[in-house]
Amino acid sequence: MNSGIPLEFFLILATIMFFTGIYGFLTRRNLITILMSVELILNSVNINFLAFNRYLFPGKMEGHFFSLFVIAVAAAEAAVAIAIIINIYRRFNTINVETVDEMKY
Amino acid sequence: MEGSQIMFAIFALVIIIFSVFTVTSRKILRAAVSLLFVLIATAGLYFLLNYQFLAAVQITLYAGGIVVLIIFSILLTSQISHKFEAVEWKKSIFSVLASAFGAVVVITTILRHTFEADQAIAAEVNMNLIGKSLLSTGHDGYVLPFEVISILLVAAMIGAIAIAKKGSPHKDLKNNN
Repeated sequence: MNSGIPLEFFLILATIMFFTGIYGFLTRRNLITILMSVELILNSVNINFLAFNRYLFPGKMEGHFFSLFVIAVAAAEAAVAIAIIINIYRRFNTINVETVDEMKY
Repeated sequence: MEGSQIMFAIFALVIIIFSVFTVTSRKILRAAVSLLFVLIATAGLYFLLNYQFLAAVQITLYAGGIVVLIIFSILLTSQISHKFEAVEWKKSIFSVLASAFGAVVVITTILRHTFEADQAIAAEVNMNLIGKSLLSTGHDGYVLPFEVISILLVAAMIGAIAIAKKGSPHKDLKNNN
């Protein structure tokens, strides 16, 4: 199955997605958009795990379970991050990272 | 061209276009909606790889849960009509250079390496097998990470409630004592 698509295509696609997320992480100044870039990065890593599992070790399931746990960690991370963002908004009335600098020395 | 190749091309195109749109769009709600498209196309890739369970998890948890959470917090914290200022050209150029350099390094490494496939017969990943592996303590069992992840989820839930609770934390401490 899937012999029509080489493994490299999946890896290159995941690489492009990963570095698009890195670009967003570097340029964005709003906390929620930074969180969205992190989600992109996590997703591209999941694609890699599953492609490696299916193409190189088809008899095992490590990649499948690893991406399952990555998804669970991403969900927990998003919940806590959004709680923190809402708390920051309540205190500073903005979620721009350049204006939230009260603890900066 | 086979059907699966055509589907892969479509998913790849959707993922690349909408992930670029996610990080460059100057309206925050549009960025969130294009993130949703990226996540759904990723679920399509999982279907192509024959991981039906994980594709379903991806759709329900990411597209159904996280994106809705993100859109909720956007509605709570931002003006929808507000447009971000354009990124300074200096920062933009340096970020593009950094990420393009990283992408070129990784892609050349991928293309120069030859991958050797395991000759094992492909195991069908069905619900029965997933449930048994998640709760078994044997050689292919994942019961320890499963328990750790449940503790993490409980801790994240309690932490999120405690952080987002109304009122200043100092006042609460005084009341409790």
